Amino acid sequence: MKPRHKRLAIVGGLLSATGIVVALVLNAFQSNMVFFYSPTQVAANEAPANRAFRVGGLVAEGSVVRDGLNVNFVVTDTAKTVAVRYKGILPDLFQEGKGVVAQGQLQGDVFVAREVLAKHDENYMPPEAADAIQRAQKGQSRLEQTVVQGADAAKATYGYTSKSGDKQP
Amino acid sequence: MIPELGHFALWLAVGVTLALGTVPLIGAQRGRADWMALARPATHVLLALILFAFFCLLASFVRNDFSVLNVASNSNSELPTMYRIAASWGSHEGSLMLWLLMQAGWAWAVAAFSRNLPLPMLARILSVMGLLTLSFLLFVLFTSNPFDRVFPVPLDGRDLNPQLQDPGMIFHPPMLYMGYVGLSVAFAFAVAALIGGNLDTQWARWSRPWTTVAWAFLTFGIALGSWWAYYELGWGGWWFWDAVENASFMPWLVATALIHSLAVAEKRGSFKNWTVLLAILGYSLALLGTFLVRSGVITSVHSFASDPARGAFILMMMGVTVAAALTLYAWRAPRIGLGARFGMLSRETMLLANNVLLIVAMAAVMLGTLYPLILDAFGLGKISVGPPYFNAVYVPIMAVLMFFMGVGPLSRWKNDSLPALAVRLRWAAGVAVVSAALTAWGSGGIGFGGFVGLLMAYWILYTVVAEIWDRVQPSAATALGGSTVWQRLGQLPRASVGMWVAHAGTAMFVFGVTMVSVYDIEKDVAMGMGESTTVRGYTFTYQGSRPVNGPNYEAIRGHLIVTRDGQQVSELYPEKRVYRVQRMPMTEAAIDTRWHGDLYVQMGEPLAQDKWLVRIWVKPFVTWIWIGCMFMGLGGIWAITDRRYRQRVTRSSTAPTGAAGAAV
Repeated sequence: MKPRHKRLAIVGGLLSATGIVVALVLNAFQSNMVFFYSPTQVAANEAPANRAFRVGGLVAEGSVVRDGLNVNFVVTDTAKTVAVRYKGILPDLFQEGKGVVAQGQLQGDVFVAREVLAKHDENYMPPEAADAIQRAQKGQSRLEQTVVQGADAAKATYGYTSKSGDKQP
Repeated sequence: MIPELGHFALWLAVGVTLALGTVPLIGAQRGRADWMALARPATHVLLALILFAFFCLLASFVRNDFSVLNVASNSNSELPTMYRIAASWGSHEGSLMLWLLMQAGWAWAVAAFSRNLPLPMLARILSVMGLLTLSFLLFVLFTSNPFDRVFPVPLDGRDLNPQLQDPGMIFHPPMLYMGYVGLSVAFAFAVAALIGGNLDTQWARWSRPWTTVAWAFLTFGIALGSWWAYYELGWGGWWFWDAVENASFMPWLVATALIHSLAVAEKRGSFKNWTVLLAILGYSLALLGTFLVRSGVITSVHSFASDPARGAFILMMMGVTVAAALTLYAWRAPRIGLGARFGMLSRETMLLANNVLLIVAMAAVMLGTLYPLILDAFGLGKISVGPPYFNAVYVPIMAVLMFFMGVGPLSRWKNDSLPALAVRLRWAAGVAVVSAALTAWGSGGIGFGGFVGLLMAYWILYTVVAEIWDRVQPSAATALGGSTVWQRLGQLPRASVGMWVAHAGTAMFVFGVTMVSVYDIEKDVAMGMGESTTVRGYTFTYQGSRPVNGPNYEAIRGHLIVTRDGQQVSELYPEKRVYRVQRMPMTEAAIDTRWHGDLYVQMGEPLAQDKWLVRIWVKPFVTWIWIGCMFMGLGGIWAITDRRYRQRVTRSSTAPTGAAGAAV
């Protein structure tokens, strides 16, 4: 009987250890998921107030104001806009009129970004941003041809290689 | 003409792999030595054909033949020759050619260096590798022909993505692919043994060196990629938990589990079932990585411009390969047998813990990588899972793994006793705690996580030292047979020395990761002419900037002088480049690497006349991360030069030949 007990102990120990680990993993996963919201959803108060999320779209023309380290800009999905505040250096490919995704939290009406991701090159934009714009435009009927083309091109996207913001721990 | 010749060579290769994938396999089942004998020469022909096709592609790139679509989209006449060569595997099509070359190269190597394998086993292995090559050949020819022409012929090419114009592009992809494709050798060994029904310790001994080499290349490849991302992408980190990094990390974790379970399979005959599953899983994950990168489901530096047909093809290829292997496994597994029993406290148990932890770690990465993709695919919302998740999961799993990594090699096979084990480990444990505390104190205080990290690094190092110490004691002299400690040191088997080197490399890696995670400092600062800022005792003074021109880019080059205690320690020249063809801005960081850490400076954005936003990082011991990985890989390579892998096996101990094998 003894070897059998031993084996039972090993198997039982392994199973319970694995169970604990799985629980820890799922818990970590649950608390670190970051959801994406479009400016339209943010305007409709669908985005969480006390939790980090991502917002994306185009950087509105003429909206970038830099003051030393601080920079303010507006993200638009052509229907609604979100004002974004960021402190630090923006990625190389961050430009007005181009796609962007920011991660951070809402403070009042301003989205305080901890991380800003920009698109990869001339032809592509972050897929989340492209998607947000397309959905916003489906909601409205007045489509601006140029933006639609941009969003369509972005459907076959690849994404952002420029990244800036929080250091990776 | 050259591209057409290359294309033709690929079609000839299809014919060769068809023959290689069927004739020797059937020969092995029927016991026909003449059919089996076809395998070896077929791999030579296959390698020759694919090398030829590969050189055709290289030639098109080097000669700037922009009538080839692949060249026109990924190269430019201004691109330096070195990068024109690297550009040939910079695109989706070209990188698949590299994959094919590696696949044919591995098959050739197995044929060339397995003189001691019995013919039916070798025939089955090479047949399986032939079939794997065939699936990739068809993938290339039907969805991603690198030799497609374009009309009208463009005057010049669209250039290689500036971020890829770096020496890293020359070494990282070939190394990584060597590793990925190398896993197909472990897979082929497992499948061949399943078909032949000779899954024994001998099989583990044959399979082990190949698996270890593949693992070593995978280690080098991933480490090179990490280092490249660190200095070239300018994100300042060494690992981002990016989906493609994860795609290479998952097979690495499985391969690591595999080389350890193969040790048990070889020494004790246990874990064979499990080992076969790991071998299948390893290659499946390599295929999964290929799918993630090439189907356009993820967004990353690595993803190629996507095409749904390609994703579908790879998914199908993966499905067929995995389903076939698993069906075979289900059919054959009941005959494998369980092998020797072992006690609750034994090296087997330690290695079992190693395997379980590595697989759990792999599953955690898989969850974080695939779950967002699956949600998105079903339109259930877009989420991202970032470094916080992975860090929360990895720190505890790895801490436990490192603990077992110290205990495992010092525990005995079959059965050990806790008191005896404690005696062997007590010095290492004590010294590790003291060293970690002293290091933490000397560096100015480290929190709990930092202390645990350092403790694990020292623990692994000192247990390695303790084991070497154990082995060279006079009491062990009967085994080693030398009269002095030095003679006995020289006689330690290479397999053990390799393991110690790899484990010490892990200790270095953990030390570097801990130090850089705890002490890394980042500072974004606006700097005008002559202004300075101080980060961790280093004073950075901005000395202005001036325009410079490269072969295919224009740049602004900043100049910073770094002083410490009034002494100049370094001069840094970070650049902001704009590449002429793609009009793409690029930040070229200036890095001063020293043994105890890096000074890392980037030009951010211009603010006013010669006033720039500058990003400054001080990263202690960051280089140890990659040096540690190099030691891991080199340890693996050293281990497989061990005498027992070079011995010719005697006929009687090998698997039954031909007819007998078929009867099994």
